[in-house]
Amino acid sequence: MIDNFLELTKLITPATLVPLFPLIGFLLIALFGKQLNHVSGWLASAMILASFVLTCFLFINLPGKSDLNFELFQWMKWGNITLSFGFLIDHLSLVMMLVITGIGFLIHLYSIGYMHHDEGFSRFFSYLNLFIFFMLLLVMGNSYLIMFIGWEGVGLASYLLIGFWYKNDAYNDAAKKAFIMNRIGDLGFLLAMFFMLFYFGGLDYLTVNEAASGFEVGTLLITSITLLLFVGAMGKSAQLPLYTWLPDAMAGPTPVSALIHAATMVTAGIYMIARSNILFAMAPHTLDVVMWVGVATSIFAAVIGMKQNDIKKVLAYSTVSQLGLMFAALGMGAFESGMFHVVTHAFFKALLFLGAGSVIHAMSGEQDIRNMGGLSKYIKITWATFLIGTLAISGIFPFSGFFSKDEILANAYNGHTLVWILLSISSMLTAFYMFRLFFLTFSRDFRGTAQQQSHLHESPWTMTVPLVVLSVFAVIAGFWGLPAVLSENHMFANYLAPIFADSKEIMRAHPHVDHSTEWLLMGIATLAALISIGIAYNFYIHSKLLPEADAETKGLSKWVANKFYVDELYDKLFVRPMMVLSDLFYVLVDKLIVDLLVMASAWIIGFTGRTIRLVQTGNTGLYLFLMVIGMMVFMLIQLVY
Amino acid sequence: MLSLTLLSIPLIAAILLLFSRGNLSRNLALVFTLVQLVFTVYAYTVFKNEGSAAFEFLANWSVKPVLNIHFAMDGMSLVMLMLTNLLLPLIVLSGYNREMERPHVFYSLMLFMQFALNGVFISFDGFIYYIFWELALIPIYFIAFNWGGENRAKVTLKFFIYTLAGSLLMLFAFLFLYNGSPAHSLDWSSLTNNPACSCNQTWLFWLFFIAFAIKIPIIPFHTWQPDTYATAPTQGTMLLSGIMLKMGTYSLLRWLIPVVPAGVAEWQYVAITLSVIGIVYASVIAIMQKDLKRLLAYSSIAHVGLISAGIFTLNLSGFQGSMVQMFAHGLNVVGLFYCADIILNRTKHHEIEGLGGIRLIAPKFATWFMIVILGSVALPLTNGFVGEFMLLFSVYQYNTWLAVFAGLTIILGAVYMLRMYQKMVLGTAIKENMVFPDLYWNEKIVLVTIGILIFVMGIFPRPIMELTEPVLKNLIK
Repeated sequence: MIDNFLELTKLITPATLVPLFPLIGFLLIALFGKQLNHVSGWLASAMILASFVLTCFLFINLPGKSDLNFELFQWMKWGNITLSFGFLIDHLSLVMMLVITGIGFLIHLYSIGYMHHDEGFSRFFSYLNLFIFFMLLLVMGNSYLIMFIGWEGVGLASYLLIGFWYKNDAYNDAAKKAFIMNRIGDLGFLLAMFFMLFYFGGLDYLTVNEAASGFEVGTLLITSITLLLFVGAMGKSAQLPLYTWLPDAMAGPTPVSALIHAATMVTAGIYMIARSNILFAMAPHTLDVVMWVGVATSIFAAVIGMKQNDIKKVLAYSTVSQLGLMFAALGMGAFESGMFHVVTHAFFKALLFLGAGSVIHAMSGEQDIRNMGGLSKYIKITWATFLIGTLAISGIFPFSGFFSKDEILANAYNGHTLVWILLSISSMLTAFYMFRLFFLTFSRDFRGTAQQQSHLHESPWTMTVPLVVLSVFAVIAGFWGLPAVLSENHMFANYLAPIFADSKEIMRAHPHVDHSTEWLLMGIATLAALISIGIAYNFYIHSKLLPEADAETKGLSKWVANKFYVDELYDKLFVRPMMVLSDLFYVLVDKLIVDLLVMASAWIIGFTGRTIRLVQTGNTGLYLFLMVIGMMVFMLIQLVY
Repeated sequence: MLSLTLLSIPLIAAILLLFSRGNLSRNLALVFTLVQLVFTVYAYTVFKNEGSAAFEFLANWSVKPVLNIHFAMDGMSLVMLMLTNLLLPLIVLSGYNREMERPHVFYSLMLFMQFALNGVFISFDGFIYYIFWELALIPIYFIAFNWGGENRAKVTLKFFIYTLAGSLLMLFAFLFLYNGSPAHSLDWSSLTNNPACSCNQTWLFWLFFIAFAIKIPIIPFHTWQPDTYATAPTQGTMLLSGIMLKMGTYSLLRWLIPVVPAGVAEWQYVAITLSVIGIVYASVIAIMQKDLKRLLAYSSIAHVGLISAGIFTLNLSGFQGSMVQMFAHGLNVVGLFYCADIILNRTKHHEIEGLGGIRLIAPKFATWFMIVILGSVALPLTNGFVGEFMLLFSVYQYNTWLAVFAGLTIILGAVYMLRMYQKMVLGTAIKENMVFPDLYWNEKIVLVTIGILIFVMGIFPRPIMELTEPVLKNLIK
């Protein structure tokens, strides 16, 4: 025990340094960006690499099943409430830290090439480092409050990066929208913290979990807290109905879409629920809500994804859809499966986005897949790696997406047949639109302008190396979590087992599906994906179809292409009424009613003064007359009473 | 005796300044406010080490009726003094590259204002407190009247009469207390030890409440405020919004709650409801505001609404949070109005629409403006978050649904602030040939100081909380 303690104390310094490096990087570049110029890209990358190395060090040295929980300083303290600033390094945070710093480093490296010609080069890297800092706080904090710092901090970084090209007002709108939508969710998070602070007396995970265990499963309090937390997760992880900011967030530079709006930040909601697994396990109703919101989002976004023609928008909707899948897994109580999909998704979605960036780079900024085609001849590395990513997300054996998705589907089959059907449909749609995207971009003949064609070129090594590395992981990551039929040892689930042990006990553990069923499920999933790919092949390669121009889209497709007009609906339901209310309050209530009352009281005083003044004539006769009248009045009163 | 020194530095400076001219007045004002700041820091160390004894001052003004001058110090007073005396040099410095007429009178009034504000915060006798409270009104009236913008005669008159009417109510309250108390004394400790008569405290509550509500302002007593903020010269607005309105919130804690406890307990729900309605109401109005300074004025109403709501929850989270937030709001609102002033001064454009593109030519200004906004929208690790978190929690402790409603401020605040920032600072310039030099040296000092303090306070709010905790804990009983 003592040895263990000493060993853990040694890890405090490296653990503290992990988020400190990106913070230092941010400050240095923010202050000396101009002088550093293009060095800032390398400096920022080096900082993340350092964090990554330290995270690996922690990963290797964290003894056994123990965790490292330490306090840095007391942040707020009043009465009997103490809120400290501290970190918790356990298997769950380590998984997230590895993803954040690992993929984060690759994307930093990629950005050096991608952003080379941008005048805001240094600024870009300072924001990226700031993002990593907050994201690390989010996953490393030992309390909900520290998570909330990171939670809002990544929102800020996301705001700054979506609106990175601030000259464009549409981008600024997208940035503002993301921040405000997230804030709606944050209010839920904040209220959840108030509940916990009030009823549990603290916000650190230990206190909360311990106090929660004193309550019955399914009590209103725990249900309220988890529902409010989930509202926060809906905002950050772009679930129905708060998802509309994420597709718009594609306004940011493509590496940002890869890092923040696909691989890391948007999975914060999944992390939060996984972190609160004990609370959620105690709230079966909330879990149902989580599951159904996840399923609905997964299908809804997948349908929209089928009709998008902007390469980044397709990927954005696929992110929303995949996040829905993860929430569905969490809702079924399969926390480790949800986390497993977070990890595999991080690899292949980052890969796809960076690949898309490489395509856009080659196409001189073009993003419409209707104007691409035949790129496999020109950008071979991008093509090959993009194919791997597409196969992974479509769930083709033996790519990583197959295993993580299969696990979620197996969980669904085991007790939620309807969910299983719906998620299988969503997976089929995913395979279809991803190959539609792939075929239209890379196959057939080039459909762009001659000028674009002459510029076509493969990206520099700083961009292709991350693609290759990510594609390696997009293949092998699945082997960390082989299904029971293939291996006795699910490495990923075993690694996270201590985190989810208590919640497994609270929930009735589902019996595992037997081996033959598992084979069957895997077969069905693969077959379904292959059929989808076949249909996509038939449409876009064999029949040489092309998505119609925007003006020609009609009927249902028009609804889908326009994302079911949800943005317009929100505008009519919330934005417009708010603006009208604002004007109404100002013009009618504030200026007219309230101020009129104030001015009226002033006027009454003035009026009284003016009226009484009339009596002050200076005429002695009048004064005497009034005096006599007054005396008579008083005498009359005396007589009566 | 330290109390008298605290008062005499700005008073002597105010008199001296009348005999100076031009740039000298400005420099003298800066020197004196800095001296006062240093002295406040010294007072802080004395208070930390030796307690409040060194600040006690008691003198008799008249024997019959018994009127006393009583100065003292506790954690709450000290926090307010630190805020006042920290902001004043910044406010003086902010005017360095602005031309103005008769600067010696202007800065003399400003230091006189500092004198009165210091007096309000260390007075522990109702009589002398009331005098300082009224004294503070005089310089700001002349500042707004003589150096203000459009419509200043009308607007300042309204402001003056409105607040004076409020003070009159407070005077009645004090007279009532004087007659009602067995000791015939307005001393704070005697008033708080035997809270005003066992009789119905409703009248007392409303007299005090309306007086303070006008100053803060709590809706519906706020209509003087947007006009005055928009019309007064920016340095005057900084004084008003940064410090003077805190006289109101401070007085709630210092006088209303301990002196009229039964009245407060009875009418608590009205006060909280008004405050919380004010938060949402003012935030909603701010969304569509066309004028920059007016937008900031309404956002200020929303922020102080949360402070007063927290105070009236009567729990420690609310009390402590309100002190933190008073300090934070003081800093942030001065920063915001300064940024507004920089834009107005350079572009002569006071509307939110029709500008844009500032970030392209003045990136430093844009960055620091953003940082102040982050403090104002209460991003975690900024000073705004600590206060807002505690205050919203205190409202939650009082009533869950009220907290949900008050919590809308974190959404609405982001809506109006980011909209304003986007329209004015981001995008491309709508005005042709806009000249917008980046921050001058004095602007840089002011904004960087505020910006750094926003984070320092956001990460280490403990010193303020430790100072006020003993006083506020006493108040809970």
